[in-house]
Amino acid sequence: MGNISVGNLGKAYKQYPTRWSRLREWITPGRAKFHNLKWILSEISFAVKPGEALGIIGINGAGKSTLLKLITGTAQPTTGHVHMTGRVAAMLELGMGFHPDFTGRQNVFMAGQLLGMTSDEIFHLMPQIESFAEIGEYIDMPVRVYSSGMQVRLAFSVATAVRPDILIVDEALSVGDAYFQHKSFDRIRQFRKLGTTLLIVSHDKQAIQSLCDRAILLSGGHLAMEGQPEAVMDYYNAMLADRQNQQVTQVVQEDGRVQTVSGTGEVTIDAVRLLNDRGQSIEVVSVGQSVSLNIKVVCKENIESLVIGYMIKDRVGQAIYGTNTYHLQKILNNLSQGHAITVDFDFPANLGPGTYSVAVALHADRTHVSKNFEWRDHALVFNVINMDKDEFVGTAWLPTTVRFAT
Amino acid sequence: MGKLRALWAYRGFIYGSVRREFQSKYRNSLLGSAWTVINPLAMIIVYTVIFSQVMQAKLPGIDNGFGYSIYLCAGSLTWGLFAEIVGRGQNIFLDNANLLKKINFPRISLPIIAVLNSGVNFVIIFTLFITFLLLGGFWPGWVVLGVIPVLIVQLIFAIGLGMTLGVLNVFFRDVGQFFGIFMQFWFWLTPIVYPINILPEPIRHLISFNPMASVVQSYQGIFVSGQWPDWNLLVYPLTLGLVLCLIGYRLFSRHSGELVDEL
Repeated sequence: MGNISVGNLGKAYKQYPTRWSRLREWITPGRAKFHNLKWILSEISFAVKPGEALGIIGINGAGKSTLLKLITGTAQPTTGHVHMTGRVAAMLELGMGFHPDFTGRQNVFMAGQLLGMTSDEIFHLMPQIESFAEIGEYIDMPVRVYSSGMQVRLAFSVATAVRPDILIVDEALSVGDAYFQHKSFDRIRQFRKLGTTLLIVSHDKQAIQSLCDRAILLSGGHLAMEGQPEAVMDYYNAMLADRQNQQVTQVVQEDGRVQTVSGTGEVTIDAVRLLNDRGQSIEVVSVGQSVSLNIKVVCKENIESLVIGYMIKDRVGQAIYGTNTYHLQKILNNLSQGHAITVDFDFPANLGPGTYSVAVALHADRTHVSKNFEWRDHALVFNVINMDKDEFVGTAWLPTTVRFAT
Repeated sequence: MGKLRALWAYRGFIYGSVRREFQSKYRNSLLGSAWTVINPLAMIIVYTVIFSQVMQAKLPGIDNGFGYSIYLCAGSLTWGLFAEIVGRGQNIFLDNANLLKKINFPRISLPIIAVLNSGVNFVIIFTLFITFLLLGGFWPGWVVLGVIPVLIVQLIFAIGLGMTLGVLNVFFRDVGQFFGIFMQFWFWLTPIVYPINILPEPIRHLISFNPMASVVQSYQGIFVSGQWPDWNLLVYPLTLGLVLCLIGYRLFSRHSGELVDEL
């Protein structure tokens, strides 16, 4: 139960040169072809084990939605196969099939029936669906008076009323408010614990990294990469940057992490070090210690402007803090070839105990997307330990005092 | 077999959709489902007044004043069922494009829902018609049972045609446009409003190629003159209907994958 296997999957749409070509093809005897195939997806193969969570990422038009349609069976593949075992719940578009003139309650029955449940089952699930959606008395009002958020709440509640063996989620979830997003992610996590296989499409880095065991990256209809969510997400991030003259390399480091380096290379990172207040290079930092991130860069060509930035990420790759010299109003202009620059970012390490990595970026403008000289993930890894502070949990240190009102 | 089981699992969806569509049509109207009856009633009154009273049309051999009304009802009500099934059939995939693209469910349930919905409307009107016959003293007797086989033939023909047009219409939208016009001609080329014997002999011969003519005439025979249908005449529409069902099914199963891409 809960297996997904996709083999050599491909999808092509038929394109006819003129509107009459299809008619000609249909009425011409034999197997004459008057169309061209436009390939949207090709040679996609992967497998998901029961209880595993796979994230699918890619830019718009990379073929993510088509892939999900093929997997759920709403569209037929041109080549290859999809095999799934167990009950599948797909949320490609929440609120699909809601009839505006009927009440929420009636629509729940309709949506449930469309998912293959019987009226009896829905009747028994109704109280639970109602309480999860938290839309109050709106449940007995016509859906046309609902806000889009309310529709999403109700639709999600119906779709997940019964734990499926396989749950397929499109970006639809991002519609709800923060409260409901948390609630729905909690439910998805709970399902995962109970053994539900998850397939999720998202642009949301946090969602992918916190939910998934593995991720695949689609690019131009091909499977561009498969691996740890963090590594795939970093690669995707690098791909997003200006794609001209850009090289993306990934190196597996000693600790098994994957380092992604991308950029056009006009300016390169020479060295990255973490220093204590006496200027010594350190790897272990105590909570709250004052440190400097020391970065050396070299200009390989003449450039107009340079912004240097860094980002601290936690063990699972979530961004903890990041900024750059643009935001700190220290942009460097008109640098000539061969120029070497050293920059120090001084900050107190108000971080919780754990392992952190630092990504360093060199670009021309406020973000790395327009002109990316170099982006280096895992440029540095350091550990934070709690030596002299009271015990606390979390990735941030917020010095707290306590007082009671008397 | 697997398809049938999937369909059975979706019986709740089919039943629910039929009920919902019926409700939704009249949900925000004051008179509600009365409109189901008022519409055909209005048409029957118009034709009865114009043809029977103003033009003094009398059916040969029938003397009572309601004879023409019964003749008209027998033809137009059953034609209404035919036209509704074909009309829904040809737009079935286009109207449900969103559902087909987003959700995986047995697609064959869509035509079934359409036929059942048309059936519900028909049963309401037809019950009214039967009541009128009983109360008015025009009850033809047991010969009414002859309606059932004729109805079956008509349904097979309508479903076959509707399915075929439905699939074709996705790929060639002209089909829907064309058939809208074609149905109007077809209605007047079928002896529904007028009796067939007012036509000159050569045209009458041509009309016999119209599969709906023999179906409609069978109904008229039953209700107006209490005659059992001429079963031989029904072989032609039945054969044509079965062939169309086969073509429709072949088209559907061969192109159902491409169908979603085209919507």
